[in-house]
Amino acid sequence: MNPALKTWAGFGGAAVLLFAVAPAALSDFRLNLLAKFLCLAMVAVGIGFAWGRGGMLVLGQGVFFGLGGYLMAMHMKLADAGPGGVPDFMLLYGNGVLPGWWEPMRSPVVTVLAILVLPAALALVLGYAVFRRRVRGAYFAILSQALAAAFALLLIGQQTVTGGTNGLNGFRSFFGYDLADPLNKQTLYYICAGVLLAMVAGVRLLMNSRYGELLVAVRDQENRVRFLGYDPALIKAGAYALAACFAAVGGALFTPVAGIISPADVGVVPSISLLIGVAIGGRATLLGPVIGSIAVSWAETGLSERFPSIWTYFLGGLFIVVVAFLPNGLASLTFRRRPSPATGKQTQPATSVDLPATSGGHP
Amino acid sequence: MTEDIHVEALENVLTEPAAAFKHDYLEIRDLKVVFDGFVAVDGVDLTVTSGDLRFLIGPNGAGKTTLVDAVTGLAPAAGSVRFGGVELLGRSSHRIARSGVGRTFQTASVFEELTVLQNLDIAAGAGRKLRTLLRRRTSVPTEVEAALETIGLGKVAHLPAGVLAHGQKQWLEIGMLLVQNAHVLLLDEPVAGMSQAEREQTGLLLQRIGQQRTVVVVEHDMEFMRTYASSVTVMHQGKVLAEGSVSEVTEDERVIEVYLGSRSHGRGTAVIENGETK
Repeated sequence: MNPALKTWAGFGGAAVLLFAVAPAALSDFRLNLLAKFLCLAMVAVGIGFAWGRGGMLVLGQGVFFGLGGYLMAMHMKLADAGPGGVPDFMLLYGNGVLPGWWEPMRSPVVTVLAILVLPAALALVLGYAVFRRRVRGAYFAILSQALAAAFALLLIGQQTVTGGTNGLNGFRSFFGYDLADPLNKQTLYYICAGVLLAMVAGVRLLMNSRYGELLVAVRDQENRVRFLGYDPALIKAGAYALAACFAAVGGALFTPVAGIISPADVGVVPSISLLIGVAIGGRATLLGPVIGSIAVSWAETGLSERFPSIWTYFLGGLFIVVVAFLPNGLASLTFRRRPSPATGKQTQPATSVDLPATSGGHP
Repeated sequence: MTEDIHVEALENVLTEPAAAFKHDYLEIRDLKVVFDGFVAVDGVDLTVTSGDLRFLIGPNGAGKTTLVDAVTGLAPAAGSVRFGGVELLGRSSHRIARSGVGRTFQTASVFEELTVLQNLDIAAGAGRKLRTLLRRRTSVPTEVEAALETIGLGKVAHLPAGVLAHGQKQWLEIGMLLVQNAHVLLLDEPVAGMSQAEREQTGLLLQRIGQQRTVVVVEHDMEFMRTYASSVTVMHQGKVLAEGSVSEVTEDERVIEVYLGSRSHGRGTAVIENGETK
């Protein structure tokens, strides 16, 4: 089948599954759970792009997930407190005076813009500075992870303005809509599903763009790209910023869905488990990260409900097996497809990278 | 090999009039590269003009590759490297590349997962704007098309570069330099591992490119050097030992000594003529 057609078929299938089958088949509780998983899958889409295509082992996406989540939580707390009001926890732990940097989040427009721009801009600046110094591989991974640890510690330490270990919770409304209403909860699920599909479509376009090709080139031969006149640091920072933006949006939607954002959602452990789903699903493919991430979240909930103590071992074991025997993730099992050399010339200009590692992108 | 190199097709790549390159020259003055106290390149002066096919030879460890690294910003160096009146030293590698200096590596370093066409398209695109980058390629740029024909890879344009034969990868590298529109081409052992027929084709191709642009070839293969070089610089222990035409250099006493290790064996010229270097 034509790869483009295949992609659209897969895309349509996913849309039907998310918009028709899931709401009909799942209870409100399970649907809300799925919405949560979709938010985590948004982070996974970004990790898949930055890690799978760009070769950056982003071990600290919790930072950007948290930034998005906390920005949204700040707005929701302020909206709940009413005009001129102060969030409840500040009255409880602090002196009841709203810090100046909270103030802009009263505006829904500013909040949405901040979620879209701030984490991405931070990643762009940070990434460019780091990649320019040619920090990569494990060093970059450790650096990004340290950032996540520091961010979590910072949140815990500043209880009077961030809610500390408890995080921010107890939201009543989301942009004016009552969160206690099941219908609004369902709408929230649809928003998550729509955003996730849009992200996947966007990444698909990027993967096939010249930038996508360039990113793979940087991943495999950074120096060669440099001697062709490109600045690899900028190319990598761009992908890192995109992953950060996706993580922030995921975090921002996670907050109203889960009803809480806390340091436990942004630190080292959640950052790693976000990555594990991507590794298991297949990092260089289009849908591998999404499916892997949702599957891991789902299995985590299912298994930890029944066997709370076994789950971590199971996840660790699966991770080892996948990395050792299927370095390209489970996607390489199901979607393995090698282009036959004979068809090379006749087909349209190669716009996608049809290789075993990447062919899972066309489900 | 499925296809041969087409030197004639090169005319479509080298479309710019030769006059545009007339005043191009690479000028290296007192270049010095020191690694942890070890002097790898020690005060090298080198001038290569366009229209010259310069071979850079010397025993292992003479500093040839380090010299290329220094010129392209990969190794920190002192001194001066100028091209077209612009000082290159101190610039970052990608800026040096944008000033028109292209290079290849000893081991072919093409993008193995990308197709031949994608490799060339990336090489041609350093000046692209973000808008263009974020879109997919809808047509093959003309210079890429011409380069594909020149390097004889038209039939395998849609294959991943990783499956190419060794010689084809080297040709792809040269093709990438061409579409990159490098005015100075620094080639590090471009014919290593090639068959005799491939060497001849590559030599002719380089000669033609050299007529227009500034080409420096680091090479170990004496036979190849004798056949295609228009001038030769011999390096030894980080210094320039001799410079001149092929015959001048191969008859130079010091060069013979370096290549033989000692004159006492007395058959230096014969060895060089046989194409043995190590």
